[in-house]
Amino acid sequence: MLKLIASRLLQMVLIMGVVSALLFFIFDSDKFKKQIAVAELGGFAVSALSDQDYQNWLERKGLNVPFYERYAKWVGGILTGDLGKSYQTNEPVATLVADRLKKTGILGFWVFALMIPLSLTFGIIAGMKEGSAQDRITSFISIVTTSLPEIATAVILMSIFALWLRWLPANSAMVGGWNWLALVLPVMTLVLYDFGYVARMTRASMAEVMTSQYIRTAILKGLPYKRVILRHALRNALIAPFTIIVLQMNWLLSGVVVVEFFFQYAGFGKLLLDAALFGDIYVIQAATLVAVFVAVLSQIISDVGYSFLNPRIRFS
Amino acid sequence: MAAITSIPVSPPPLSILKILQQPRSLIVLVLLMWLPLMLNVMLAGSISETVRPYLLLPAIPSALILYGVGVLSWRESPIAIIGLTLIFFWLIVAVSVPFLPLVDPNKPIAPFAPIGAVKNNHYFILGADFKGRDMLARTLWGCQRVLVWGVTATLVAYLVGCIFGLVAGYLGGWWDQVISFIANVLLSFPVMVLFILIMNYLGASGFNIVIAVTFASAPAIMRIVRGLTFDTKNRDYIFAAQTRGEHPLRIMIYELLPNARGPIIVDACLRLGYTTVAITTLTFLGLGLQPPDPDWGLMIKEAANVAKSPQFAYMLLIPALSVSSLILGFNLIADGLREMSLRD
Repeated sequence: MLKLIASRLLQMVLIMGVVSALLFFIFDSDKFKKQIAVAELGGFAVSALSDQDYQNWLERKGLNVPFYERYAKWVGGILTGDLGKSYQTNEPVATLVADRLKKTGILGFWVFALMIPLSLTFGIIAGMKEGSAQDRITSFISIVTTSLPEIATAVILMSIFALWLRWLPANSAMVGGWNWLALVLPVMTLVLYDFGYVARMTRASMAEVMTSQYIRTAILKGLPYKRVILRHALRNALIAPFTIIVLQMNWLLSGVVVVEFFFQYAGFGKLLLDAALFGDIYVIQAATLVAVFVAVLSQIISDVGYSFLNPRIRFS
Repeated sequence: MAAITSIPVSPPPLSILKILQQPRSLIVLVLLMWLPLMLNVMLAGSISETVRPYLLLPAIPSALILYGVGVLSWRESPIAIIGLTLIFFWLIVAVSVPFLPLVDPNKPIAPFAPIGAVKNNHYFILGADFKGRDMLARTLWGCQRVLVWGVTATLVAYLVGCIFGLVAGYLGGWWDQVISFIANVLLSFPVMVLFILIMNYLGASGFNIVIAVTFASAPAIMRIVRGLTFDTKNRDYIFAAQTRGEHPLRIMIYELLPNARGPIIVDACLRLGYTTVAITTLTFLGLGLQPPDPDWGLMIKEAANVAKSPQFAYMLLIPALSVSSLILGFNLIADGLREMSLRD
C-alpha cells in the first residue's frame, strides 16, 4: 500500500514539474509579453513605445531573462513559500490564490454536502429494483439533469429564483460583504449537474450487487429486506460510488470556472479565467498547479481508497 | 461483415430499407449531408456567392432519409428514437435554415422587442435581443456552428485517441509507457483549465477549438481503446492474423478496431454531448467562436449582462434550452444504444 502511494506521489511531482516548465515555456512568447504590456499600459501607449523603452519595461518586469532562468528562480521561490507577484493587482500570488481557494472551498463543500446524500439515496433506491417505476423515474431525472450543461442550468435557475420569484440575488459578487443567500444559486447549479452522473453510477453499482448470488442467498434465507439492503448490499454497492465521488473533485474545478464567471463569484475559477485572459503568468502558474495538484490528489485518494475498501484488489 | 455482403451468388431481392441500411449507402448519405454543411460553416468566406445558395440543397433530402432509416432501424428502443429526433431536428434545421423564411440573423430591427411583438413590420415570434436582432433567426442559425465544430472536434479527437490507443495497447512496451505518461499528464488537468490554457495560447477560433478538444478528449479515448485492445489482442483471430504474416498496422485497423466498436460508439455519443457543452461554454467565456455570427454560447454571453431582468430572461433561456435539447439528444442515443447492446 505504502509503495503504491509513494509511486503515485512521485508521479504527481513529476507531472507537476513537466506542467510548470511547459507553462513557463508557453507564456514566454513575445505575444504574451505584449499582452501584459497592453493590459498594463494600454494599447496606444504600447504602440507608441520605442524598442528601447519596451526593453526597459521588460527589464523592470523581469521578463527579459530567458524562461529557464525565470523558471529556476520560481522553483527556488516555491521552496521559500514565495510564488511571485500578480502582474494584474500587484498582490503576492500566494495570498491571492489562498483567498480565492477558500471561497471556492466553501462552494465546493456545500456542493458535496448536498450532492452526496442526494445522489446516493436516489441511486440506491433506483438500483434496488431494476426496471421498476422508481428506477425509471430516477434514470429519467438524472439523464435530463446531466444533459443540462452548467451554463444552461445557471440560466434556468437564475431566471426562476432570482428574476421571477425574486427569492435570491442574481449576482454573487458579494460586494457588500458575505451573503449566504448569494451562494445558493451557484451551489444548486453545480449540484444539479453532478447529481445525475453520480446517481447513475450508484444505480449501476447497486443493480449489479443486487443480482449477485450472496444477496439472493440472503433473501432466500428469509432475512428482512431492509437488513439485506443495509447490511449486505450497501457495503459492496458503495465502493464504486466512493471512487467516483472523489474523482468529482477534478470535475468541480472545471465546473466552478463557468459558474463563478456567470454569477460573478470571486473564487478560484474566476481567478484562473481572469489571469488567463490577462496573461498574468505567475497567477496562472500557481492556479494551474493547484488545480493539477487537487486533481492528481483526488485520483490517488480514489485509487488508494478503492484498493483499501475492496479486499479483492488489495490482496491480489 | 464485408465478407458476407460480397458473396457473388444471386442475392435475394432487397427492400429499399435494407439497401439504405448497408454501410456503403449510409456513408454516401452521411457525406451528402455533412460535406455541404461543413463547407458552408468552415469556408463560409471563400465560397462564391453563385454556388452558396445551392450548396445545402442535396443535404436536406439526405438528412430526411437518414432520419427515416435511423427511426426504422432503432424501432426497439424508444429512448434512442427520442434522442435521434432531437438531433435530427437540429440537423435538418442546420441544413435547411438558408431556405426558411427568416430575416438576416445579424440585422438589427427593433431592440428589446418582446416575444410575439410586431415592430417595424416584423413579427417577432421569439422576440428580439438587446441589439434588435430576431431571436428565432439567431437560434436556428446558431445550431450550424455548434453542430459542425462539435462533430468535427469529436471526430478528430477520436482519430487521434484511437491511433494512440491501438499503438499503446497492441505494441505495448515502451510505446505504451510513453503514450500513457503523456495521457496521464493531460488527464491530470481539470478539463476547463486545459481548455482555457490552450485556447488562450492559440487564440479563439473554430479550428483551435478542434485542437483544444483533441488535447482534452483524446487521452480518455486513448485509455478506452487501449483497454479494449488489451482485451482483444489475445484472441485466436489475432494470432491467426499474426501467423498469416499480416502487418501490425493492418491488424490494428482491420482486426482490432472493428471488434472494439460497440463501446466506442456509445462513448462517442456521450463525448459529442461533452464537446457541445465545451464549445458552448468556451464561447460563453469569450474564448471560443467569435461574433457576429449567431451561436448559442455567444447569445448567452452577450445577453448575460443586459437580460438580468424578468421580462428579458427569454434572451438567455432560449439559447440555453436549445443547447440542452441537443445534448439531451446525444445522451439519449448513447443510453438507447447501450440498452440495445445489452439486450443482444
